[in-house]
Amino acid sequence: MAQRIDVKDLDVFYGDFRAVADVSMVIEPRSVTALIGPSGCGKSTFLRTLNRMHEVIPGAHVQGTVLVDGVNLYDREVDPVAVRRQIGMVFQRPNPFPTMSIAENVLAGVRLNNRRISRSDAADLVESSLRGANLWKEVKDRLHKPGSSLSGGQQQRLCIARAIAVKPQVLLMDEPASALDPISTLAIEELIAELKNEYTIVIVTHNMQQAARVSDRTAFFNVTEAGEPGRLVEMDDTRTIFSVPSQKATEDYISGRFG
Amino acid sequence: MASTDTVTRTDAPQPTTHELLTRPDRRRHTVDRVMRVVVTLAFLVAMIPLVSLVWIVLSEGYHRLSPYFLAVSMRGVFGGMDAGGIYHAIVGTLLVTGAAAVISVPIGMMTAVYLVEYGRGALARAVTFFVDVMTGIPSIVAGLFAYALFAIFLGPGVRMGVAGAVALSVLMIPVVVRSTEEMLRLVPNELREASLALGVPKWRTIVKVVLRTSAAGIVTGVMLAVARVIGETAPLLITLGVVDSINYDLFDGRMMTLPVFIYRQYSQGLVPCRPDQLDCIATINFDRAWAAALVLVVIVLLLNLLARVVARRFAPAKGH
Amino acid sequence: MSGQRLQAEAEPELAPAPLSVRGGGHDRAGRVFRWLATGSGVLILAVLAAVAGFLLLEAWPALSASREDLAAISWIPDDGSLLGYVGPLVFGTVLAAILALLLAVPVAIGIALFISHYAPRRLADVLGYLVDLLAAIPSVVYGLWGGLWLAPKLQGVWGWLSDNLGFIPLFEGPAATPPRVMMTVGVVLAVMILPIVTAVSREVFLQTPRLHEEAALALGATRWEMVRMAVLPFGRSGVISASMLGLGRALGETMAVLMILSPGLTYSWALLMAGRHQTIAANIALQFPEANPLGVSALIATGLALFVITLLVNMAARWVVSRRAAFSGAN
Repeated sequence: MAQRIDVKDLDVFYGDFRAVADVSMVIEPRSVTALIGPSGCGKSTFLRTLNRMHEVIPGAHVQGTVLVDGVNLYDREVDPVAVRRQIGMVFQRPNPFPTMSIAENVLAGVRLNNRRISRSDAADLVESSLRGANLWKEVKDRLHKPGSSLSGGQQQRLCIARAIAVKPQVLLMDEPASALDPISTLAIEELIAELKNEYTIVIVTHNMQQAARVSDRTAFFNVTEAGEPGRLVEMDDTRTIFSVPSQKATEDYISGRFG
Repeated sequence: MASTDTVTRTDAPQPTTHELLTRPDRRRHTVDRVMRVVVTLAFLVAMIPLVSLVWIVLSEGYHRLSPYFLAVSMRGVFGGMDAGGIYHAIVGTLLVTGAAAVISVPIGMMTAVYLVEYGRGALARAVTFFVDVMTGIPSIVAGLFAYALFAIFLGPGVRMGVAGAVALSVLMIPVVVRSTEEMLRLVPNELREASLALGVPKWRTIVKVVLRTSAAGIVTGVMLAVARVIGETAPLLITLGVVDSINYDLFDGRMMTLPVFIYRQYSQGLVPCRPDQLDCIATINFDRAWAAALVLVVIVLLLNLLARVVARRFAPAKGH
Repeated sequence: MSGQRLQAEAEPELAPAPLSVRGGGHDRAGRVFRWLATGSGVLILAVLAAVAGFLLLEAWPALSASREDLAAISWIPDDGSLLGYVGPLVFGTVLAAILALLLAVPVAIGIALFISHYAPRRLADVLGYLVDLLAAIPSVVYGLWGGLWLAPKLQGVWGWLSDNLGFIPLFEGPAATPPRVMMTVGVVLAVMILPIVTAVSREVFLQTPRLHEEAALALGATRWEMVRMAVLPFGRSGVISASMLGLGRALGETMAVLMILSPGLTYSWALLMAGRHQTIAANIALQFPEANPLGVSALIATGLALFVITLLVNMAARWVVSRRAAFSGAN
């Protein structure tokens, strides 16, 4: 299932403005990679280029390559819709579809490809996805209630269930817990630790403790001044980054001197 | 197709990542592309009436249009005569629409002031609701109302300019209220507070600060409201009737307006010309209708354009 | 929107009453000004009451007239029944409006989607303005265009419809020439209500939360699937109320019908045949100039019926809008 991602010399542009410059990194399969850095350093922008979600923003484009299992996502023959199916995404704020029930939300992605999924297959998939997202016990009696009736933390886990229901190879998470209370955050973090057994996970976070808790490797992004592009400063094992970073900027950021 | 077996657990050979990323689902892509075409087509279809209407009004209207056409009335014009113009209709349109504006603008503006600055409770809610209701009154009903109003006091069969102005006012007031209200609500409260803190009474604050700040927006709204009613036909057909000569008096007798003129010419249809009548133009009525329509469309579009210019030119001032 | 509303509600507190304690001329001027403002608001209520009241008053002679008197009016059926007269008119009015709605709404949704989600952003504003221009054109010009330009062009199409689909009652032939028929009216009315339906739908579509659109795209939805998953469910009630507003407009439209339709008073479904239908508004405009006092009274009675119908439709539209506002406010 899980795949390795190779990013080489990636630049991201908004129109003429270069937002992120010159990123190269390797993201290992079945591991959690955290992207940290101050606001505006381009970490979320970079995350979106991993499943071509940045293309939603008018004028956004990239140079460089992102190889997934050796296939460049930006090859001419690659289909962005297929990319997003293989590389799922969870957003900062939980966004279940308000007009759909909990079960329909889980099935939303699957139904795109397979409209005639049998009822029992659908029920199995709903259960396995919700179990995978540690939500099954809480919602199994109200699968037909609207998704918006859940609490914020539950909604976010529903979104994770929705993302893993299409069986992607990679899961991207853009500050998945920043809008949640501490208890829900803990639940999400525990879930991430379980999910990494099956998926390659990349998570953007503002919360350094969270990065230290959940990730195996950490990449630090920084931007020197406004108008300059964000850059990858360094990337290493999380333990190394948080104990003996090789760059001064990383140490300053981690010790709370800026950002 | 490949789409049906993605979830079933048959152990077909696992597709490679390359296949997964490059093999789009044919059906879904086709649907997507078809819908893109459909949506674009819908837009193009809607452009057909706009383009054809503007084109036909221009091309049919311009050869009758001349200074003469604008300067004379239809008095003494009959049959297929190559004569007659819309002076009386322009006069009528300007007078009736002007009178409607004179009635509607103060009432509409003051109502908006009431709703924004004073109104609360049941009365304000009722006014808001009924302004909405008024927006939906069919124009012919507004015409019937104005007629009924004047017929009760002046007897049946009454036709006069001011009745038409009342009918148009019923249509115009809600538009003025809505647009003014919107503009007044855009005025930041800090401005009101600053003025009140200087000891300026509330009504002077409203006149000198609130209304002045939103003046451009209100003017825009009024122009759009005028543009909307200047093309009204049905209520004027009922309250003003039709007439061929010039009438400057809003309080006495029938009056012609541009939209009614267009309808009148159209409904008279083709003129039966004998072959030997060289000065008889069979399509003269239609020609006049097109020319008058051109004048009316130009007026309406100019008003819209002007409103937009006013709005754009003064809009940035609102924030400060 | 809600921000403005909040501001408005906060307003009375920010500008409290103590001003009236101030003595002298200012006080009187302030009171007069306030009175004028309130009076204008009350006047609007009075005008609306007057519309209903005067119409009822003027319609009363016809409502209370004997059948013989009514039958004496040339254009009222011989049995002299006012209801028998109003019935086909109401039928024709509703038929024309619904036909226009059926033709306009799908196209309007398409245009609204095109402008909100397909056209390049810079182009979208211009396109929106072009559609708004359609709304600015006076109805009498639409009538002229429909009667002299469009109708001859549609003749062939209607002929083909009645030849090939004539077994469907709606397309029963032979198609009239010239096509001064309900179908043509429906097309012209559809064009006329297109801008309002489009404008309101476009606004709701543009308000679709980005979160939901991105959720759909991140699941691997194509653009159209994103529209179906996120945009259309979100905009449904907005489109419904837009359609109701369009319906209200189509119900009251006079000139286009008057200038195109060859009138008749029947309950006929044959949209391609002439002399079958008439709408209330067009009928009033047609008969009013030549009507005697009782005839005018009868016409005003039909106008009252139109007033009530449009009132109900518009109020229903507002209700849908307000329910939607409450719904989204709760989230």
